[in-house]
Amino acid sequence: MTTRPTAPLSLGASLISSRLAVFNPVAKLAAAAIVLAGLIASASLVTASVVLACELAALPMAGASLRALAARLWAIPLGAAGVAVANLVASDASAATIAAISLRLIAIAIPGVLAFASTEAVDLADSLVQQLHVPARFAYGALAGLRLLPLLSADWALISRARRARGIDAGGPPLNLVRGAMLFASRAYALLVAAVRRATRLALAMDSRGFGRCQQRTCARRQVMKRQDWGLIAAALVVVPTANVAALLTGTWHAFLG
Amino acid sequence: MAMGIGQRPVIQAQGWGWRHAGRRNWALKNLDLVVYPGERVLLLGPSGSGKSTLLLALAGLLRSPEAGDEEGSLLVNGVPASEAAGYAGVVFQDPSSALVMGRIADEVAFGLENQALPREEIWPRVREALAAVGLNYPPGRSTESLSGGEQQRLAIAGVVAMRPQLWLLDEPTANLDPDGGELVRETLRSLFAGSPEATLVLVEHKLEPVLELVGRAVVLAAQGVVADGRPEEVFARHGAALRKAGVWVPAPPPARLAPPRPAGALVAAAEAVGACYPGSPRPALEAVDLEVFAGQALAVRGPNGSGKSTLALVLASLLRPSSGRVRFVAGGPAREYTRWPARELVRWVGTVFQEPEHQFVARTVEDELALGPRRAGVPEKLARAKAVELMERLRLGHLAKANPFTLSGGEKRRLSVASAIATSPALLVLDEPSFGQDASTWAELIELLAQERDAGRAVVAVTHDDELVAALADREAHLLAGRLLPSAQSAPAACAPLR
Amino acid sequence: MTSTTGTVHRRQRALWRWRTVDIVVASVVAVAGGVVFWAWDQLWAATSAGFSAFPPAQAVLYGVWLAPGVIGGLVLRKPGAAVYTELVASVVEALLGNQWGLSVVAYGLAQGAGPELVFALFAYRWWRLPVAALAGAVAGLAAGCLDLVYYYGAWRADWKATYVAVVMASSVAIAGVGGTALVRALARTGVLQPFASGRAIEV
Repeated sequence: MTTRPTAPLSLGASLISSRLAVFNPVAKLAAAAIVLAGLIASASLVTASVVLACELAALPMAGASLRALAARLWAIPLGAAGVAVANLVASDASAATIAAISLRLIAIAIPGVLAFASTEAVDLADSLVQQLHVPARFAYGALAGLRLLPLLSADWALISRARRARGIDAGGPPLNLVRGAMLFASRAYALLVAAVRRATRLALAMDSRGFGRCQQRTCARRQVMKRQDWGLIAAALVVVPTANVAALLTGTWHAFLG
Repeated sequence: MAMGIGQRPVIQAQGWGWRHAGRRNWALKNLDLVVYPGERVLLLGPSGSGKSTLLLALAGLLRSPEAGDEEGSLLVNGVPASEAAGYAGVVFQDPSSALVMGRIADEVAFGLENQALPREEIWPRVREALAAVGLNYPPGRSTESLSGGEQQRLAIAGVVAMRPQLWLLDEPTANLDPDGGELVRETLRSLFAGSPEATLVLVEHKLEPVLELVGRAVVLAAQGVVADGRPEEVFARHGAALRKAGVWVPAPPPARLAPPRPAGALVAAAEAVGACYPGSPRPALEAVDLEVFAGQALAVRGPNGSGKSTLALVLASLLRPSSGRVRFVAGGPAREYTRWPARELVRWVGTVFQEPEHQFVARTVEDELALGPRRAGVPEKLARAKAVELMERLRLGHLAKANPFTLSGGEKRRLSVASAIATSPALLVLDEPSFGQDASTWAELIELLAQERDAGRAVVAVTHDDELVAALADREAHLLAGRLLPSAQSAPAACAPLR
Repeated sequence: MTSTTGTVHRRQRALWRWRTVDIVVASVVAVAGGVVFWAWDQLWAATSAGFSAFPPAQAVLYGVWLAPGVIGGLVLRKPGAAVYTELVASVVEALLGNQWGLSVVAYGLAQGAGPELVFALFAYRWWRLPVAALAGAVAGLAAGCLDLVYYYGAWRADWKATYVAVVMASSVAIAGVGGTALVRALARTGVLQPFASGRAIEV
């Protein structure tokens, strides 16, 4: 069956126009990491709710439209609900525990999703190099690879259409799932060939502009940690332990490490 | 145009040869060449004569022993080439695979960052470079949104900013449509007119438009330099041999192969076809009516973004139109064209893609050719026989067991066309078939397509190539912004993208 | 004696140094993985919306998410390849947008560290199928255990064991065996010429 025209994938950060975009990428990720580390160890309804409530309260300050936020965040509760269903089926845990597990997933996910959605890949690379001293060759090499994403997704579409043109499709039942999987593998193979070819050419172009040889490299764009970035991290460092302490005090803190 | 013969040569090759790692044959051997500052050299030679290899070596990108084996000596500015990296600036053939960053200013700054230039000095140079190539967009403009010609200009800006002494250009317009190519040539002309001390080594296939840029032509072959001198003299003395070897020597346009044939039966008709890509402000195709007849070659032309490739995909039942439909008349199942199973489609329609590698499925050339007939339900023995016949016809027999991806550019193109015609389809659709071909493979392709057309197939070719149209097309259809010209159309179809 | 081993070690170190082409190809394998994941999601969204909402059902196909790390290691044959590729794939997934946030990056690290450990165990010199299969298994183990930490820690023991076993099996099949087959097929096309994996073709 022919498919409709699709737009190629691109990495445009959809929340780039929100106020979140002015925060330093590493600061945003650090805050998300603090939430992750602080919540992962316990399945406590209190901890999760406190952190989640703070996040939701802070959402309006993100300066993004409701529509933009919803577009990025709608899948989070869905994923968490799926996990809850799985837990209902496969475990003997109480409803409170199941709810706590899922709620904490939502609380963990929101800062991370917002951080990535409001950060351009190039700013992320700059920030990783300048704040965390990640080796520049790896950060910008990865960024260059990312640049090929729209080209590769266009390649994927062409490869898929070409297979139809050659007479290969999944066919009808009953074997169509198996054939579909094999067709998928065949497409992935062709995509990888195209990807490696493009990558080799790109690496050559980068080396021709001095990338491979450079020991020291300057960066044309500055990323700094401003007061608001430290404030964000401080906020996370306050909220997360407080939530845990609150759970401890109310006796609802349960270790949950598998 | 050589300046100061007394000066140290920029390039000095003595008996230089290179063999890429893992290959048996030497890419280049016995190269003796001297280039002085300010010279503008055109490097010529058939495909596979090592021109790109030489450019890569001059840029310092080939390092023995890792990348291969070297013999003789190659000096750039008095220093062995592999250590002179950074002296030369390179512009490659495919700009989309050479751009690193998402924004045009960052892209130009990339090279300067590698040179460890302080931040304050980077931005003025970036602005200067962008102005020098005439890219008058805001600095935050996305590199993806540029056309091919603009992307190549951006690549040139990236090199301009680095202020190299030696410019190496490897077929800078080969991947561009005619407009884009002209844009780039204009940029190069103004750049080099303004800097007489820059040395240039240029590889190009289509020579006519670049002749004014160069003052010296060097012809390479497997045994080294075959000719070296002013372009007019080189062409006068070696023109015929060069043409035979596949170089596009300036010559009168090829004569038409045959007078235009009358139309045969109707094979397929597009009726009010419209197509929309999601997220795009205007439709890719609007209310296109087009008929395709057997025994005729139809050329679909138009500028970049006019919807030519989209139309080709719709005609080949590879893309579902948002409105309208295509009626396939010459045969096939009774279902709607877009719902034909692939097995039926391959019997009636053959499609050749712009990039041959996208359509390679099998492990060997033989299997690749037998695949179509097999999928169409032809018995195994007949499918194999067909494959053998095609291999003979297209001189691919010696490659029967080779992996399709390891073939040369011309061989891949032949293979992709052969696999499309293996099932003797009624309709053959080609997307930019002459893209990146040299003169001899181009001529072969024209001949092949003419044979297919004369055998009664309907041939539809989407192309930028004026010479291909002149040599092959019986009819032309022009697209502009998704609409067919000239055609009296009713109100444009409403664009209702789903998804 | 010491000087020759010194030279051998220096050569080995030099071979292990990452060139630009190593970095970019590994990144692109990760990005291609991102495209495949996205296409996979589109496929499943089309056939069954509920499938993606019930993660355990995806255990059988888990190997697809673990493949980039193993493939990166097999193609580059250098220290750090598996971790780097899987990490970049997870960052691409996060940038494209998903419902799990930063945890995918933690997963990427762990899912890459598994095969990395295996390749390191074999001194980055053995790259045949058994090693790749083992790498897949360890990747699956890491991912499965992380899933237990994140989501399924409350499950009954038999469910947990089955889940991890299925994830490991899927990873061995898809990432280990499938990954090896894919890299071999790639090597036959000649695109892996710049890499040791492309020159040591075992057909």
